[in-house]
Amino acid sequence: MIYLDNAATSWPKPPEVLDSIKEAMDLAGGNPGRSGHRLSIEAARRIYSCRERLAEFFNLTDVLRVIFTPNATYAINLVLKGLLKPGDSVVTSGMEHNAVMRPLRFLEGQGIRIKTAAGGADGTAGEDEIEDQFDSTTRLLVCTHASNVTGIVQPVEKLTALAHRRGVKVLVDAAQSAGILPIDIRRSGIDFLAFSGHKELLGPTGCGGLLIHPDIDGSQITPLVQGGTGSRSDLEYQPEDWPDKFEAGTANLIGIAGLEAGLKYIQARGIEELREQSIKLRKQLLEGLSVIPGVKIYGPSDPEAAVAIVSFTIKNKNVSDTGLFLDEEFGILTRVGLHCAPVAHRAMGTFPEGTVRLSPGLFTTEDEIRKTLLAVRKAARS
Amino acid sequence: MKRWGVALFHTTSCVMQAEKAFLKAGLKIKLIPTPRQFSSDCGIAVRFEWVDLNKVEEILDFSGIEFDTIHSIDQRDNIRET
Repeated sequence: MIYLDNAATSWPKPPEVLDSIKEAMDLAGGNPGRSGHRLSIEAARRIYSCRERLAEFFNLTDVLRVIFTPNATYAINLVLKGLLKPGDSVVTSGMEHNAVMRPLRFLEGQGIRIKTAAGGADGTAGEDEIEDQFDSTTRLLVCTHASNVTGIVQPVEKLTALAHRRGVKVLVDAAQSAGILPIDIRRSGIDFLAFSGHKELLGPTGCGGLLIHPDIDGSQITPLVQGGTGSRSDLEYQPEDWPDKFEAGTANLIGIAGLEAGLKYIQARGIEELREQSIKLRKQLLEGLSVIPGVKIYGPSDPEAAVAIVSFTIKNKNVSDTGLFLDEEFGILTRVGLHCAPVAHRAMGTFPEGTVRLSPGLFTTEDEIRKTLLAVRKAARS
Repeated sequence: MKRWGVALFHTTSCVMQAEKAFLKAGLKIKLIPTPRQFSSDCGIAVRFEWVDLNKVEEILDFSGIEFDTIHSIDQRDNIRET
């Protein structure tokens, strides 16, 4: 089997991640911070330790501004629904995932305006196009860091600086970039960074989070859910303390324990080395696909302009047939269709058919890519 | 009779921060369930040796870790507010 669906979730996970999950269950299996016994305390320690590592990883000094959520979607919803008020407007890039677009379309019904900066066919939104969308009601710019369809990396630091000059806050969807592109919250000034724990950060599914810049006043943000936090239990109202305000309900201990092991793995190998490897694999895919007759590649041709994602179609072939052919004949696992990002596919002109997406991961080998290219060649001929 | 101090916090995360800071300073501490006679803010509290009170206060002040209150208890659980 050749797994090329790491943009959906990374697989396999490093053995350390599985060990850490089992160890957390065995040695720290209490409810984190709820009870005073040793298993509960140990569980709280594991969670705090991961919080600390995430803060270090993304260069956030205040550890309490790391909020755990079930996934990036939840983190994005938390910011959009917790911050925006009727009358506000939001600017987005033209490459957003439905994790951004669906909550925004919901909020549209509540008096929030959405303006999309249409970029080029590859979905890049230039500074001018973004700036053209800003007006006096613009409260937030939402931008995906790396597209889940083409992998293209948006210049989020430049866009953040631009937004801040206009007094606009910035939410970055780092689902595809966290763990493979270095992100420095303090240097970039990103106000809200939503991340997925189970993609490039190598944790299990069901864990993600939100990092909030020190300049953001937490009292402006309403939590998405209210409930038990293990703190201020005498109150029937949600506490204002970070991170409890945003983390009602029992935390995903095993997910977070696995995520920390994933972070450690990345830190040990070095994000630069991992990035280089991913560029190499993307380059190999681009070069190999570009010489197959009938194959059309979407997204940037510069291997360094994107994370390890390549989208393509084969002339006169249905993408789902291609996906099934690659799976059944060669055991190559891809993702076909719209990738939960109809906006991006519209920008690329691939709506509603979609594309075949290949997303190598940290454990993909050059030999697997070579075999995949041979298989695509056969698919194009079949 | 051994006299202990108990530091109370608003959140578990702050207890975790305090634990790390106290251990780094070499203090002998233990995380315990918050004694019921005190505030119910957070289920876990930090118990320390009362002779270390000044150091505890110094560490909390210096690090900026948010805390609620500090109390003293002795082995028979007689409470002395500070």
